[in-house]
Amino acid sequence: MLIGVPQETKAGETRVAATPATVAQLVKLGYEVAVEAGAGAASSYPDKAYVDAGARVVSMDDAWGAPIVFHVNAPDDAQIAMLQPGTVVVSMMAPAQNPELLSALAARGVTALAMEAVPRISRAQSMDVLSSMANIAGYRAVIEAANAFGRFFTGQVTAAGKVPPAKVLVAGAGVAGLAAIGTAGSLGAIVRATDPRPEVADQVKSMGGEYLSIESPEAEVSATGYAKEMGDDYKQREAQLYADQAKDVDIVITTALIPGRPAPRLLTADMVASMKPGSVVVDLAAANGGNVEGSVADEVVVTDNGVTIIGYTDLAGRLPAQASQLYSTNLVNLMKLLTPGKDGELVLNWDDVVQRSMTVARDGDVTWPPPPVEVSAAPKSAAAAAPVAPKEAKEPAGPGRRYLLTGIAAALLLLITAAAPDQLTSNITVFVLAIVIGFYVIGNVHHALHTPLMSITNAISGIIVVGALLQIGAGDNIVMGLAFVAILLASINIFGGFAVTRRMLEMFQR
Amino acid sequence: MNIESLATGAYLVAALLFIMSLAGLAKHETGKQGIWFGISGMALALIATVGLALDGGDHGGMTTTAIALMAVALVIGASIGLWRARVVEMTGMPELIALLHSFVGLAAVLVAWSGFLMVEAVGDAQTEIEPDLLGIHHGEVIVGLFIGAVTFTGSIVAYLKLSAKINSKPMMLPGKNALNIGSLVVFVAMTVWFVITPNVWILVAATVLALLLGWHLVASIGGGDMPVVVSMLNSYSGWAAAASGFLLNNNLLIITGALVGSSGAYLSYIMCQAMNRSFISVIAGGFGMEAPASSGDAEQGEHREISAEEVAEMLTGASSVVITPGYGMAVAQAQYPVAEITRILREKGVNVRFGIHPVAGRLPGHMNVLLAEAKVPYDVVLEMDEINDDLSSTDVVLVIGANDTVNPAAEDDPTSPIAGMPVLRVWEAGNVIVFKRSMAVGYAGVQNPLFFKDNTSMLFGDAKERVEDILKAL
Repeated sequence: MLIGVPQETKAGETRVAATPATVAQLVKLGYEVAVEAGAGAASSYPDKAYVDAGARVVSMDDAWGAPIVFHVNAPDDAQIAMLQPGTVVVSMMAPAQNPELLSALAARGVTALAMEAVPRISRAQSMDVLSSMANIAGYRAVIEAANAFGRFFTGQVTAAGKVPPAKVLVAGAGVAGLAAIGTAGSLGAIVRATDPRPEVADQVKSMGGEYLSIESPEAEVSATGYAKEMGDDYKQREAQLYADQAKDVDIVITTALIPGRPAPRLLTADMVASMKPGSVVVDLAAANGGNVEGSVADEVVVTDNGVTIIGYTDLAGRLPAQASQLYSTNLVNLMKLLTPGKDGELVLNWDDVVQRSMTVARDGDVTWPPPPVEVSAAPKSAAAAAPVAPKEAKEPAGPGRRYLLTGIAAALLLLITAAAPDQLTSNITVFVLAIVIGFYVIGNVHHALHTPLMSITNAISGIIVVGALLQIGAGDNIVMGLAFVAILLASINIFGGFAVTRRMLEMFQR
Repeated sequence: MNIESLATGAYLVAALLFIMSLAGLAKHETGKQGIWFGISGMALALIATVGLALDGGDHGGMTTTAIALMAVALVIGASIGLWRARVVEMTGMPELIALLHSFVGLAAVLVAWSGFLMVEAVGDAQTEIEPDLLGIHHGEVIVGLFIGAVTFTGSIVAYLKLSAKINSKPMMLPGKNALNIGSLVVFVAMTVWFVITPNVWILVAATVLALLLGWHLVASIGGGDMPVVVSMLNSYSGWAAAASGFLLNNNLLIITGALVGSSGAYLSYIMCQAMNRSFISVIAGGFGMEAPASSGDAEQGEHREISAEEVAEMLTGASSVVITPGYGMAVAQAQYPVAEITRILREKGVNVRFGIHPVAGRLPGHMNVLLAEAKVPYDVVLEMDEINDDLSSTDVVLVIGANDTVNPAAEDDPTSPIAGMPVLRVWEAGNVIVFKRSMAVGYAGVQNPLFFKDNTSMLFGDAKERVEDILKAL
């Protein structure tokens, strides 16, 4: 099947839904790819690179007319009109916020897959565009902040005096927050982070940040993988924490978003006013109303006291090549799922929870919202009632039982020896003592030399040749024959065993 | 002082030399010394025995034919042995060792039969054994024969399985445990009968029974349990030699047999510990017996693939790398390119080490020998317990041809068939690269959650080719 990749037309959009690298992967899956001329230009992917990777360069109409269309932004009305009925169109659609778009797509008779609707389960992580875009946005937020901040991030001791490290507060330790923590930390700043979900504390630490907990009975593990809105008591404590931090830190990066709802207000105008002049606030939630009072979507605002509030909503798009690469790789991973035969035929499996969740329009119907999906990261309390009983822990042999066994063995040995004639008694004595020595000697053998140990024991157990040597002279022809064979076999062991052990030990070298 | 007392003295010295030989293997540095102790002990014992045999003792000297036969057998055996030792591949060591066990077993059978023919078959006219010790002798004959025969066929089957001449899957006869125990009971009955009335047919029947038992015992054990089986057979071959010692009233044989027997038993014990299974359960059946169907769940999540070039890049950027090889590395013969990668990375200042699980490979210490053959310095090859705590501070772990020994389910999932088995905690490292042919399960038939962890990437294909690709990219 043909995949069309049209150019993005939304103002300021720099991304593209396929890169030369992903085109090659799509071709491998059996698809043909048609890229609209100039589609990758803003992401520094010239048309020639696409052609080299195996794509065709086509006009806008042809790209939209393909049976599968990859796009970054939701198609507008004109673009929907260009789609053929039956087309599968894949893009970001914000299905919760855009019911008209979904009905328009359904009316056009296309199958629409919304990339944001990928459920947050581990199997689908490789297609999660929200995560991959949030990762870039978090990184870029720190870069924007550093750009606007008039100082070093890292602390230095220079000839001209000591420079303290910048203090960065990251609100919300989701994907964007963690990326911001990591980036700010690697620039040398002191990074602190807040999040209503206490389970992220370890993740914050692993990225090099300090987790500031808001102690509250309400804080709990989230079942959907997203934070949810908290109650009043919690909000008070939270506000106190932010008020305290605002006076202390130089940079604040807010990433708090609750899906489908206006962004929670974390920093009030008073808190911003209490910040030091020259401080920078980056509000990643500006598009949804902002976490920070006074932030304006897509604009940079400087407050009266000299605090810069950055409200860009296209942070991911500000790293166009990177964003295109990750987004289009997410699409390739989706196509791997949708192409079970690797034959270029797209198969939509309605029973697969990932595919079901993403499909927002099909056969003229709007199929949003999908049935809810439990996130696998949260502990499954129901499944824990395992059908298979855990293996019973092995009861360690108690000292009593061990004494008893030793006693029985000792008594048995005693009786056997007592009943045995002299010759056997001395044999048993030698035998038992040799076993004891054997265990102690072998216990000391280096673990790496176990194979040479086996081959040397092979060699010395060839000592059985002694028996055969003593028997061969017995005069009986059959015995002589048997002894002959026994000597032959045993001497293979002796010579072979020693020689191979020697060969092995020579190989061990420091 | 006569030739006999001289021989007895020589035997004692030889036995001490054998003990010192095994003790020498405690360290790499003293290993070679140990070999020379062993060789001198063996030489001393052989000279003493030949002297004793030539002198003849009770028999009044050997015939020229017997002397010639003895010399011919020694020469042929020596040349075969030396030849095999020179040409054997280190990946073929398990087979060679299994084969050598079978020789000891067969030799013990032959010695027992000769003993029977020299004493019991002659009847009352025999002069070898004092009449009041005859009953003991009967018992020694049949017991020595039994152990030898079980060792013989068991080792042959192990050899065939290890060299892939027969399928290494466990053979599942109905009621196999009953068969094993039944054979033992029948054997005890035969022993009693034979001690009371020695009879050639009982001995024949016992031989056949023991041969079948040895075959069945090992045939019903799967390929991954081979380290236990081989060390178990090592132990049996020792007991077989010790039994011959009892039969011939020869302390050197008894001491040596006991040493070898306890050595094999100790190794089996270590192997069983490393799999958290009792020795009986290994003998009584493979994992397949108890593995619940649920463990075969096909998908446990999404795995990520990685290319050899990316791995090479990751390795160059790492400061510490741990390689955990398994049997798959031996099968693919990947140890040479692996050693080469190790050398290159170490020259670049990367701290490369190896983590060896005790049951990796098909022989205790098999991986160490393979790596030594490829000239990996032995001081970077560490045991599981030595490396496990360092894994969390390791940047990259390469898992080459291992599966069950790096399975986090052994620690996390109490319902897993391998629960409680000590494993290499590779998932604690920054990045894990798993070399694998496909997503198939390992010997234990358990899916490995490691493959679906976030920090794990899969590198599919033949281990050797992939490692060579990395080598090229370095």
